[in-house]
Amino acid sequence: MTALLEIEGLTKRFGGVVAVDRCSFSVPAGTITALVGPNGSGKTTVFNLVTGYAQPDTGLVRLDGDVVRRPHPVRLARRGLTRTFQQARIFPQLTLVENLAASLQQPWRAIGRRAVSPSDRTRALQLLDEFDLLRLADERAADLSYGQKKLLEFATVLMAEPRLVLLDEPTAGVNPLLVETIERRIRELRERGLTFLVVEHNMNLVMRLCDPVIVLDHGTKLAEGDPTEVQANPRVLDAYLGA
Amino acid sequence: MRRVPAARVGGGALVFALLAVFPFVVHAAWIVNIGVITVMYAGLASAWNLFSGTTGYISLGHAAFFGIGAYALAITFNHVSGGGGYTPFYVLPLIGLGTGVVSLPIAWIALRTRAITFAIVTLTLFFMAQQLAFNLRGITHGSQGVAAPLPSFSVSDFDRPFYLAMVGVLALAILSYAYIRSSKLGLMLLAVREDEEKARSVGIRTTGVKLIAFAISAGLTGMVGGVWAYYLTFVYPQYAFDPLILIGTVLMAFLGGKGTLWGPFLGALVLVPAQQYMLTRFGASELYLVGYSAVFVVILLFMPRGIVPSLSAGANLLRRPPSLPAEPDLGIEAKRAAS
Repeated sequence: MTALLEIEGLTKRFGGVVAVDRCSFSVPAGTITALVGPNGSGKTTVFNLVTGYAQPDTGLVRLDGDVVRRPHPVRLARRGLTRTFQQARIFPQLTLVENLAASLQQPWRAIGRRAVSPSDRTRALQLLDEFDLLRLADERAADLSYGQKKLLEFATVLMAEPRLVLLDEPTAGVNPLLVETIERRIRELRERGLTFLVVEHNMNLVMRLCDPVIVLDHGTKLAEGDPTEVQANPRVLDAYLGA
Repeated sequence: MRRVPAARVGGGALVFALLAVFPFVVHAAWIVNIGVITVMYAGLASAWNLFSGTTGYISLGHAAFFGIGAYALAITFNHVSGGGGYTPFYVLPLIGLGTGVVSLPIAWIALRTRAITFAIVTLTLFFMAQQLAFNLRGITHGSQGVAAPLPSFSVSDFDRPFYLAMVGVLALAILSYAYIRSSKLGLMLLAVREDEEKARSVGIRTTGVKLIAFAISAGLTGMVGGVWAYYLTFVYPQYAFDPLILIGTVLMAFLGGKGTLWGPFLGALVLVPAQQYMLTRFGASELYLVGYSAVFVVILLFMPRGIVPSLSAGANLLRRPPSLPAEPDLGIEAKRAAS
């Protein structure tokens, strides 16, 4: 399997704290890779480094085999690498359709065209339907429930048809019914060729959905393998339960 | 072509028809003079709104581009003959273009900051521009000022051409706002205002779209400055780069409703005549400042979000009861169950 995303020796310090410490792993194309670890193990920082929201002190990020020099969120998004945030981030005063239309990556020459063209709208409605949000299409995003906002955020990152999606706790604070919707969507999208890197605390979901599973602790990779392997690893148990 | 509701187009056309007819109906020079100042501020506030209203970045430096436009017009006609008639008005688009281009590197620096820092940085840039106008004597003649061409209009209707030129720039600002607001550029700017990090994560070129909006906004501000310079026939640093213009512009946009099409215009329409009236009525006793402040207090008290947003919220409330949330939020319960 070829690696879509590789990180090598990634290190990030915040003052005296080493948040990510010579961390290396890769995300094979076409997988749903999980990134798990106790609170403060550096998962979100890894996300921020990979997506350009923070710059690493040392280390490399490779996308599709090419080294990404000075990762930048906009450029990476336009190369097909996009992310969601721990707290659902959306455009609250815009409607759901506008949220999605804004997330279509437009070329410069298109900026004078109509904000939401009929084809943009069609594409947005199709996606909203897949997320059971169709009847709310023209409501303001601010009026959604928290779980629905999570779904909308997921939908926005799919608008531009990315290749690799980083999901930061996609089911945190979401009711069980919506968790199912999210899980189903992730599986379907993987079938269509999308690759996922998922940070998630819901271990049942991780064990059901993800392979491989990468375990971080103190900013460095502790274990990697398929779910059963990782679950049986004594070092992982130590890290979670505290030895 | 995109469809715009006919009522909105008709309403806009009516407003501008009334504005254009005004100096042909009213001939009293002092009233038309107030008209010039009112429409000038309406133009400034609408131009400001084009950047700050759409992106949420509060610029306190826009008055610098007013000054730059004013100097640009005056200095141009010190080197080129042919001023005096309508020619300076025809040069305005070039002044706007020039000011817009000049604003780009300035905006590029200022836009490395956000929120309150951006406001302070732009304010600092404004005072830097003022100091430059005082000190770059080779170009601006320092505190001696620069003469603009002397207008050759008849004394009886002297203010009218300036008034109409200001209306023209205002129309351009309102049309630009309406067009941008309905375009993909506008959607991207709103996305920046709503959540810039999110906007970056979905691939919106945030810096680029902010720069475009800033340059258009600065260019229109420069055009207003150009008309003003010709109207006053002389440009001095302390008047071209005037903190009062800066404060007035931003206040009117806020009071009228920033981020709305007609808000800044309405803000100017209420405040400038109120200010001028208070000034002529109570100017000698300085009580006029009390009266002027009272207008602010009343508006802030009853319409804290600005005239247009408060009125439209009120109208919505009358039309239909507040809508209920779409679905009960089970998220919190799920979290509790999971822990």
